[in-house]
Amino acid sequence: MSVAGFFFYLFAFITCASAFMVISSRNPVHSVLFLILAFFNSAGLFVIAGAEFLAMILVVVYVGAVAVLFLFVVMMLDVDFAELRQGVLQYLPIGGLIGLILLVELIVVLGASALSVEVAGSAVQPMPDIGEVSNTRALGNLLYTKYIFFFQISGLVLFVAMIGAIVLTLRHKEGVRRQNIGAQVGRTRDEAVATVSVESGKGV
Amino acid sequence: MMGHLQPSNGGRGTVEIGLSHFLTVGAILFTLGILGIFLNKKNVIIILMSIELILLSVNINLVAFSAELGDLMGQVFALFVLTVAAAEAAIGLAILVAFFRNRGSIAVEDVNVMKG
Repeated sequence: MSVAGFFFYLFAFITCASAFMVISSRNPVHSVLFLILAFFNSAGLFVIAGAEFLAMILVVVYVGAVAVLFLFVVMMLDVDFAELRQGVLQYLPIGGLIGLILLVELIVVLGASALSVEVAGSAVQPMPDIGEVSNTRALGNLLYTKYIFFFQISGLVLFVAMIGAIVLTLRHKEGVRRQNIGAQVGRTRDEAVATVSVESGKGV
Repeated sequence: MMGHLQPSNGGRGTVEIGLSHFLTVGAILFTLGILGIFLNKKNVIIILMSIELILLSVNINLVAFSAELGDLMGQVFALFVLTVAAAEAAIGLAILVAFFRNRGSIAVEDVNVMKG
């Protein structure tokens, strides 16, 4: 077995095993940590497939942002997770059945078609030679020229998601004093300043 | 990777790791994600993580086909899937937090009334 083959099986096995632990672990914090492990190992799979940029993006975006977000939420919410796991065995037969059917179907489809995939003579974006143009540069050449609008729209999606998340979770607490800019600016001289004649020797 | 298509791929190219290997990993991950949704019907956080697993399997398929066919479009698409997945996780978790504040629970079975 070659080096690439060995690492493929290593990454694939750890990915699948940790994905299984994600859905079966009792503690949600463990689930998130296994999710991080799954993401790391699929980043390894991406590197084997020759998609270095996506592998690094997977580590940065998923492990660095999404998984940490999950971790924050899991730790922030004060939930009795033991109680939430009550009905797991109740759903195991139907869930296992559906999962099994799906897996068999996927593998049947895969075995029938994947082995005879015709090489598209007209690739939409032919991959340049890896010796001349690196994967990251090739992706950037595409993203910033031909697919610039898609790139901008994905930025817009993230922007809307950010605003949505803020709007959903922002709340105004009662009894917190806030700056009222309108009242500040609308003040007139009459209500702000008063002339008091102080009697000599007494003070205000 | 898939050396018979890209002989110039240097030492990485081995015939024994092909498209079907990657697709099998993707299929297993997808199935585990679906199974996770069914098993953890009460815990929304695990369901969100299962959705992330499903999207990851989709990405693996996209990248595998991209490498097999020598077509960069698959990787561009995987990048957009990643973006949407990140946005979805952020919105989902925000809804979850807002729901927990209102109800004090994150069980899916309690989500049956549409009111803020």
